[in-house]
Amino acid sequence: METPLPARAGESRRDFFKTLGSGVMVLFLVPAALAQEAGSAGRRRRGAQAPSEVSAWLHIGEDGAVTVFTGKTEVGQNIRTSLTQAVAEELRVPVSAIKMLMADTDLVPYDAGTFGSQTTSQMASRLHRVAAAAREVLLDKAADYLKADRASLTVADGKIFKANADRRQAVTFGQLTKGQKFTKTVDDSTVVTPASQWTIAGTSVPKVDGRAFVTGRHKYSSDLKLPGMLFAKRLRPASFGANIVSIDTKAAEAMEGAKVVREGDFVGVVAPGSLEAEHAVNAIKVEWSAPEEQPSSANIFEYLRQNVVPGGGRGGREGGAAPARADGNEPVAAPVADQTLKQTYTVAYIAHTPLEPRAAVADWKEDKLTVWTGTQRPFGVRSDLANALGIPEERIRVIVPDTGSGYGGKHTGEAAIEAARFSRAVGQPVKLVWTRQEEFTWAYFRPAGVIDISSGARNDGTLTSWEATNYQSGNSGLQSPYKISGGDQKTTFHSTRGPLSIGSYRALASTANHFAREVHMDEMARLLKMDPLEFRLKNLSNERLRAVFEAAAKAFGWGTAKASAGHGFGIAGGTEKNSYIATCAEVLADTASGTVKVLRAVTAFDCGAVVNPNHLKNQIEGAMMMGLGGALFEAIEFKAGMITNPHLADYRVPRFTDLPKMEVVLIDRKDIASAGAGETPIVGIAPAVGNAIFDASQVRLRSMPMVPDGLKG
Amino acid sequence: MSKVAELQVNGKTVPVSAEGERSLLSVLRDDLDLTGSKYGCGEGQCGACTVLLDGAPTRSCLYPVGSVGQRKITTIEGLETDGQLHPLQEAFLKEDALQCGYCTSGMIMAGYALLQKNRDPSENEIIRAMTGNVCRCGVYQRIIAAIREGAKTLQAK
Repeated sequence: METPLPARAGESRRDFFKTLGSGVMVLFLVPAALAQEAGSAGRRRRGAQAPSEVSAWLHIGEDGAVTVFTGKTEVGQNIRTSLTQAVAEELRVPVSAIKMLMADTDLVPYDAGTFGSQTTSQMASRLHRVAAAAREVLLDKAADYLKADRASLTVADGKIFKANADRRQAVTFGQLTKGQKFTKTVDDSTVVTPASQWTIAGTSVPKVDGRAFVTGRHKYSSDLKLPGMLFAKRLRPASFGANIVSIDTKAAEAMEGAKVVREGDFVGVVAPGSLEAEHAVNAIKVEWSAPEEQPSSANIFEYLRQNVVPGGGRGGREGGAAPARADGNEPVAAPVADQTLKQTYTVAYIAHTPLEPRAAVADWKEDKLTVWTGTQRPFGVRSDLANALGIPEERIRVIVPDTGSGYGGKHTGEAAIEAARFSRAVGQPVKLVWTRQEEFTWAYFRPAGVIDISSGARNDGTLTSWEATNYQSGNSGLQSPYKISGGDQKTTFHSTRGPLSIGSYRALASTANHFAREVHMDEMARLLKMDPLEFRLKNLSNERLRAVFEAAAKAFGWGTAKASAGHGFGIAGGTEKNSYIATCAEVLADTASGTVKVLRAVTAFDCGAVVNPNHLKNQIEGAMMMGLGGALFEAIEFKAGMITNPHLADYRVPRFTDLPKMEVVLIDRKDIASAGAGETPIVGIAPAVGNAIFDASQVRLRSMPMVPDGLKG
Repeated sequence: MSKVAELQVNGKTVPVSAEGERSLLSVLRDDLDLTGSKYGCGEGQCGACTVLLDGAPTRSCLYPVGSVGQRKITTIEGLETDGQLHPLQEAFLKEDALQCGYCTSGMIMAGYALLQKNRDPSENEIIRAMTGNVCRCGVYQRIIAAIREGAKTLQAK
């Protein structure tokens, strides 16, 4: 099949083989409608290159080398390993035989970005299909080569041989691909190995390039060095939205080696060393305009309620208010409740705090720009660079080395754009690494939010009404998985204005909405004098969610006696992105001293067929640990247009001393397609801990973080 | 602060030409291409920049290179011998004690320093020694397991 390869505009199939060498190539074609959707999600702008309909491809060279090309980025979620497993599984080659070429916009097909837990659900599935098709192509060729009946052939270890024959007569992949320029396209209809028969996928393959990390040899963006490279530092405004009133750069310009760059309010210094650049920026005398009146972290929740963006509200499902009833009739009046409860929950703005701050190396050479940067959206950042710099995307190459984490915090390319502007201005390669303070101030945040929930229930534990409204922090997870007897739940999301830049975060809205709902469920269970687990199960029909609740409770020992006074148990769960989670926590809480210590946390998790049990457990443990920060003490503080705690000394993140004993129970559903697991495991820990604190102390906490200044009686 | 002309790094005397006020981290990374030590906060709060000075774990982001003198610097690049990983590095792989890996060098160096002083640290001793090191991916439980595993291997030697 003749297929144009859209890696680079104008590149033909012949060019591609010229670059990669002869061999066999299999491409995955996304239906056009889906490709368009992916494009719009990636915030593409007019004039940008249309999204490719090819989402991944695989090349087997004349030496038998297998190279996979994908636009996904590795930020610590271990997809370099899991995607390699998908290919190894279908091609019947060892993991070590596969090279995964990721996130280089000149070499890989368009990809909207690595977010929303889509890598496993979509990309892994596509790579299974691509590799399975490649195996079938090789089998066709082997049948000719060996003059054998195709059905009698077996593939193993990168070789094909006749079953029952001497393996020394095997033909290698390289022998079959020699001199070939063969391409094939596949789509979702290609048959793949069922999870029940997996031998490589589904196993705990170690991190494929782990050795590079434990030796310090892996080069992150911030580690790269180019010949003649200079260091840049940007002059930051005194507050958000401030403009330059007056500026004097003479002292900075007088410093040896320092070159001041000024393009309007974009000002900075490029110098041979990072300290010299910093000194020179500090020598710039500047007066900034005073900030406009802005809310502070002390009054943010009232502000959000009062600043709803008109028309920005959305129902819990695809717009509108409550979902229509299937029978088309108006909802019947909710049955009379024995208990009703109305409460408000809040979550603070928090910072992703990736340990590798934003960083980029930019090389502007002869109107071609190459940028190395840590981002979850390489093609999106290429678009952003094209717009910011006024050059076509075709002249920009974005390369994303495996990155020092993101957690949803690196969708943007601020450092890439800054480094590119400095490189263009000085005509030399430039490195720019944000300081921790810059990262805490000029990146975007997980939004703060206010969530109102009203509910009713009968004394037997039947939920009879549910209404939830979220201001600012998002829609995801707002819909409750619990049945409402005789009525429908109503959910509303209001976009609001807000003082801080907000964006994606690991399960951002879902974390907030799960916290509100699962604490509310606990409160209602207490009103009804029911066991919180029993109350949940009474209102749950979803088998997968029931199963994780039961598994977590069993592993935790829910219902057993507590060690002593001051100990409390809490449970919470939910579903997000086709994964199911339940978390139990045990805390020690003391109102006299204010101490809260999370002693134990058990999470049961179901994301369909498990791809890599050990890496999945690692993700779940890590998500619980990270989630403890937002649950207990992380909060961005701000006033008058500035962040007031932009340091790790003032913004507390979870440390070794905060570690509970953690246990993970995996429910491996080989009959269900694998879903991603980078996000959902974080949603259970905060409400489980909050409910455990109540159990221990009778203090009900409805704001995340719950105990930034200790527990107050 | 005067210029620094040489440093003792990973068992070798290395010539440099660096202003003494610069951080040891910057000189290691930018001048000597030893980029295994990372910048995480610049405030001594995260431990990603941890190196050893005469065996003592040190925050190289805050440490002026002019104060190093003849002290022996050990970085993550100095742990391998003849292409063989140090048992603690092996243990980090075995326990899958990393996700993004950005904190890993600092974690291994802090753990290595602990094992030099204490051949058989308890879990509480590990937590106390390591709590200045941040892993934002949250793999603390596995790092503790890796340090205990590394200790076991070293004792068997």
